[in-house]
Amino acid sequence: MQQSMDVIDDDQIQIEDIEIRLLLEAIYQLYGYDFRAYSRASMRRRVMHRLTMSGFPSVMQMTERVLRDRQFFVTLLNDLTVNVTEMYRDPEFYRAFREEVIPVLKTFPFIKIWHAGCSTGEEIYSMAILLEEEGLYDRAMLYATDIDKNVLVAAKKGIYPIDAFKQYTENYRRAGGRKSLSEYATARYDSVIMEQRLKRNIVFADHDLATDQVFGEMHVILCRNVLIYFDRPLQERVIRLFDDSLDLGGFLCLGTKESLRFSGNEDAFDVINKSLRIFRKRQIPHNA
Amino acid sequence: MRRAVKAVVMGASWGGLNAFSTILAALPARFPAAVLLVQHQHASADNRLAWLLSRYSALPVRAPEDKEEILPGHVYVAPPGYHMLVNEDDTVALSTYRPVHFSRPSIDELFFSAGHAYGAALVGVLLTGANDDGSDGLDYIRRRGGHTLVQSPQSSEAPVMPEAAIIKGAAREVLDLERIGPYLADYLVGL
Repeated sequence: MQQSMDVIDDDQIQIEDIEIRLLLEAIYQLYGYDFRAYSRASMRRRVMHRLTMSGFPSVMQMTERVLRDRQFFVTLLNDLTVNVTEMYRDPEFYRAFREEVIPVLKTFPFIKIWHAGCSTGEEIYSMAILLEEEGLYDRAMLYATDIDKNVLVAAKKGIYPIDAFKQYTENYRRAGGRKSLSEYATARYDSVIMEQRLKRNIVFADHDLATDQVFGEMHVILCRNVLIYFDRPLQERVIRLFDDSLDLGGFLCLGTKESLRFSGNEDAFDVINKSLRIFRKRQIPHNA
Repeated sequence: MRRAVKAVVMGASWGGLNAFSTILAALPARFPAAVLLVQHQHASADNRLAWLLSRYSALPVRAPEDKEEILPGHVYVAPPGYHMLVNEDDTVALSTYRPVHFSRPSIDELFFSAGHAYGAALVGVLLTGANDDGSDGLDYIRRRGGHTLVQSPQSSEAPVMPEAAIIKGAAREVLDLERIGPYLADYLVGL
């Protein structure tokens, strides 16, 4: 029961924080990915996680490697962008979307949906299937964006491990799915590939919420469990960006622990479903 | 004697509901620090745990939203499926980063971030559990100058987690479950 005496004092913490800021600056300068306004606590944990895994004595030395080794950067990028997702994640959300949003969308001649932070695509295919089952797919256009070009390649392919897919079938059922999820994918060895027809109205594009601009005239924006990684000023920017990108009466869907409360733009939206965070942009501009 | 403690962070796995309710029941309404706790649970669980624990606590208990302000005398329960971290500006940071020690929420995620943010103004408490989540984080809290308590293995429904922390040398005090709540009340509020 030997207690190590290696105290970590505030000076050391301050130096680490500076090193992390320099790392994020280096990434931005060299690779163009902007993590500088990401939530500090989570970002720090992820950097320190990679530091422990890679065995560098300090963040500074890891930064040196990031600057010289693109492959190492890609590994780190995968840590920094949280690519944890699943089909019909939060099934109750998709059920609520089906019951409370779809009836309104059915009155639109054309539907544009932006899924911001789509990661490896599981949720965009979830939405595509839902739209098909509701007879809306043919008049819908789905824009799936992410900051990370590597995950977009995976999203486009739509190939998922069969074990994970088996779990998704339960989500699908709880989300109010009308058929069997296996009807939308073909099994191949230990993977499944999503049906080609689901992809025909999906556009995949890279977009950085921290730096890029309005993605215009959307009827629905889905951005679930992305804002939690941003600091509050960046959250405010992104909510404004969504407000500007939505048509009047368009829907905004956030993660179940994300709130408009701290965004300074709460008045622009009506609450459609409080616990599942479905909001609707007011028909009459709030500042008119 | 009252100490300048801003927060108490606690973690438990197997047997945690009983341990948390026992401890929270012993904290007075004028408890001056925020309490943040992680109980390992399945992602599909709802916020029932916060509701359950609120029945034992004189303090308000809630499962926080992201960026929610951390207030003294309030209890924050990590929502199922999310890691709960502490930002330096006294707000909650939630994350869906991959599970740590097969757990999300993970005790280490809370402990490391709180140790970073609060340094010596923190008390870490590691309770009953059947894996070794939390011991690294508790040791980090100790190294940052915070106070660390571990539930005695003999009073734990599952002793693996407390034992891991004790072997690591992360514990400044080892206490039986019934002693932890009164100890915290005494340590922070005084008699």
